Amino acid sequence: MSRSDDIWILGIHMTKFGKHPNLDVVDLGAEAIQGALADAGVTMADIGILAAGNLLGSGSIAQQLQKQVGQTGIPAYNVSNACATGATALRTAIMAVKAGEVDMGLAVGVEKLAGAGLLGAGGRAKADNDEWERNGRFGAVGPVDGRIGTESMPGVFAQIGMEYGHKYGGADFELFAKISEKNHAHSTLNPLAAYNKAMSLEQIMNDVMIAYPNTRPMCSANCDGAAAAVVINGEKLKTLSLEQQRRAVKVSASILTSDPWQEACQVLPDVNTLTRSAANQAYEQAGVGPQDLNLVELHDCFATAELVHYDNLMLCEEGGAVDFFESGAAHRDGRLPVNVSGGLQSKGHPISATGIANIWEVCQHVRGEAGDRQIEGAKVGLAHVIGLASACGVHILERSAA
Amino acid sequence: MSTATQIPFVEYLRLEPTPHLVANECTSCGARYFDRRNACAACFATDFTPVDIPTEGVVRSFSIITFAAPGVEVPFVAAVIDCGGTSVRANIINCPPDPEHVSLGMNVRLATTVVGTDSAGVEAVNYGFEPA
Repeated sequence: MSRSDDIWILGIHMTKFGKHPNLDVVDLGAEAIQGALADAGVTMADIGILAAGNLLGSGSIAQQLQKQVGQTGIPAYNVSNACATGATALRTAIMAVKAGEVDMGLAVGVEKLAGAGLLGAGGRAKADNDEWERNGRFGAVGPVDGRIGTESMPGVFAQIGMEYGHKYGGADFELFAKISEKNHAHSTLNPLAAYNKAMSLEQIMNDVMIAYPNTRPMCSANCDGAAAAVVINGEKLKTLSLEQQRRAVKVSASILTSDPWQEACQVLPDVNTLTRSAANQAYEQAGVGPQDLNLVELHDCFATAELVHYDNLMLCEEGGAVDFFESGAAHRDGRLPVNVSGGLQSKGHPISATGIANIWEVCQHVRGEAGDRQIEGAKVGLAHVIGLASACGVHILERSAA
Repeated sequence: MSTATQIPFVEYLRLEPTPHLVANECTSCGARYFDRRNACAACFATDFTPVDIPTEGVVRSFSIITFAAPGVEVPFVAAVIDCGGTSVRANIINCPPDPEHVSLGMNVRLATTVVGTDSAGVEAVNYGFEPA
């Protein structure tokens, strides 16, 4: 075993996102793992720890995947952290490598979500009782969803975006729709996206309203998909081939935060404070600032969420997210392209896979392997993910100097 | 003559003497919670005291929900109300659920609405906020 503070992504893979009616979560997860191992040029025999996430499954996805790709007796962690599950799996593997317990770790996230419908709102009818009876932590005599605000994700994140508008102004339905228009335009260059059709502003605004101001194309697309990554420490990397060293991507920062107490956080999830905190820590750990980034993949689970994260990740001045977007900066030909993958609104959001898939996208660019959507000369990128109630992962990734 | 017995829809709503919300306030730092806590999430102190929440406030955020889980009536307006510095989650009621009638910064006040009557004839009364 070798202890090294340097952490690298040796191999990474993302499956096609979309509908995979003939593949189950084990098939998809195994495809991502095999892809990541092949990309890394190693086998399961080299892996010292496995961390796996699958929110809607049985809770033992790691062991199920080992049985599909190789049972070597290594410690296997099943992790769960809402939409940040993938990033949490990666973070778990990184911590084990960083601690010096293993040289190489594997993280995977997989989800089958095609046709899942509305998330966060129970998904089925809840009826009132025959006689009023108090239940839950608010002692409610009936379901509160729809009677005391909303529990649906489109509605929660709509309020998160609208709150930003209330605080700083300038954020309206049309602006949020323009953000979605950008991401759908970006997706046309991503063959792995669940949806890769451009949509006009008019189409987006006139589509089915889900939770004002989010219409259907402004919501993340439920779909199937998986992503996996092999991480390695710097010393071990030096023993591998020059080609492996050249393609390895440096993890300059790997941060996971939870939400600290804020006055309103029990009423509306606060996705701002923990993201800003994660970003601050990540920039410090990596020794880079927002101005050094060549691209950002951020958690646009809804168009209304993307806006607030421009600010939380400090891609703009505090309160300046609307101006940042209006300047064209976030477009793929702009100063700091955001979500060139198409983002969750078009690429799709198989929840446990998302926190590794966004890192895969950044790796493609800093390796110069992103094909038609390559951001020319990209050296440094940031990947951000949010899981509600709440967890935030921020990773900064840099091209190898080798 | 008998009047229907009424009970509040949630425990933090009080119907008497006039409808208002009550929070558990941390006696150490003043953080407020509508449910019970073992310790204050802000300062970890363990003593709480009930406090009345102002019944007037300002809409800090909202969404008009047009698509919800089965059994949830749509459309409705979900909102966060700033009641004198305490954030409250509520529906905007007695107001058409459209962006022409609901706006950020709008002044609102607490109002009640009967959710339903159970088999014993007891009415459950919920709260919302209406334009002030």
